[in-house]
Amino acid sequence: MSTTHHTDLVPELAAVEVQGVSRQAFLVRGALAAGAVYGTTMISPFVRGAFAAEGMGDVDILNFALTLEYLEADFYRRARKLGLSHEVAKVARSFGDAEQQHVDALAATIKKLGGTPVASPKFSFPMKDEKSFLKLAQTLEDTGVSAYNGAGPAITSKEVLAAAGSIVQVEARHAAVIRQLRGNVPAPDAFDASLDTKQVLAAVKPLIRS
Amino acid sequence: MPDTSTIQADGAASRRRFLTLAGGGGMAAATAFLAACGDSGKTMSTASTAAATTTKAAVDGDIAILNYALTLEHLEADFYAKVIASGLLKGAEQDFAKRVGDTERQHVEAIAATVKKLGGTPVAAPMSKFPLDNRLAVLKLAAVVENLGAAAYLGKAPEIKSPEVLAAALSIHSVEARHAAALNRLLGKSPTPDGAFAKPASEQDVLAAVQPFIVS
Repeated sequence: MSTTHHTDLVPELAAVEVQGVSRQAFLVRGALAAGAVYGTTMISPFVRGAFAAEGMGDVDILNFALTLEYLEADFYRRARKLGLSHEVAKVARSFGDAEQQHVDALAATIKKLGGTPVASPKFSFPMKDEKSFLKLAQTLEDTGVSAYNGAGPAITSKEVLAAAGSIVQVEARHAAVIRQLRGNVPAPDAFDASLDTKQVLAAVKPLIRS
Repeated sequence: MPDTSTIQADGAASRRRFLTLAGGGGMAAATAFLAACGDSGKTMSTASTAAATTTKAAVDGDIAILNYALTLEHLEADFYAKVIASGLLKGAEQDFAKRVGDTERQHVEAIAATVKKLGGTPVAAPMSKFPLDNRLAVLKLAAVVENLGAAAYLGKAPEIKSPEVLAAALSIHSVEARHAAALNRLLGKSPTPDGAFAKPASEQDVLAAVQPFIVS
């Protein structure tokens, strides 16, 4: 099976936010209803996606996650210059601090596994005020959740999976708070989406300068 | 047939290396990161997480985990049904309870269906009772239940053998986390009480924590 059902995903952040979540949630439910099938030949295409298809090992997956965490940490760092209101500024500081801890931990883990942590790309973020900051924050956090959820089943080491789980839970908590600050429901679906590497890269590409 | 012995040997080797290095200390962040792994390293089996093993033991293990999750989801669904019926929450908070309650019912249905498809028998819903005295008590209990649920899924995820079941559990885990964060914030508590790395909870601790809410 290919992942052709993903290819119509518009490579814009807003599209991921709206389309990705609802369709993926639907796919998860469908797979659950259909029942899980054991064995390598019957794996649902949505589960492992590009991670398995591209033969990504745990270090590759960790480096992919590291890139996303670089992006989030830089995003919150830059938000400090926007003149955010007290409550939002507090959230941005706290979340930015957590993302930097994720960066440090992922990089250290990659080294300990014998890998080389990727360097941080340079980013640019389309935000000029609190409103545009919160909008982009929601997209980044929701995308982060879906990226980890998509990568999880392809992780080989139980320790790496446990650690990724402890990070994705924090990303989900961030997403919920940002959504509340925007007056949105914190959990839009009963089942959070999973995205594969191609989808995630398409989503964040507009933010990467080099 | 794939050479699973090779896969498992490689997995075990990398795990050993990981654990050896983990024990070596190093950066504070890495320590926190590795601490998030909990005690799973001490009780680890030789099967790697994503290796699709077809053994009956693997299927039975996943069914047991799903039934454990199902018990928690039953309790959550019952809790919100009783909260909504109590009328203790108003307006946006009542709407939130309805929405979350609907979500928990969807989790119940999906997990029960998955247990059946795997050839197992879904556990029955326990009879539950909750101390619903006033608005604040309800919200506090909701936060306890949701934070516990998120920690429970996090604790079990590394033990799940089927990638499909794992994907489903992860998609539920992050939703419970969203609920927990929203409720914490409503109560003026930190939405991320464990800091940058969420902590898992063992089945034993979770079952002990929900025992007061189970009548039979």
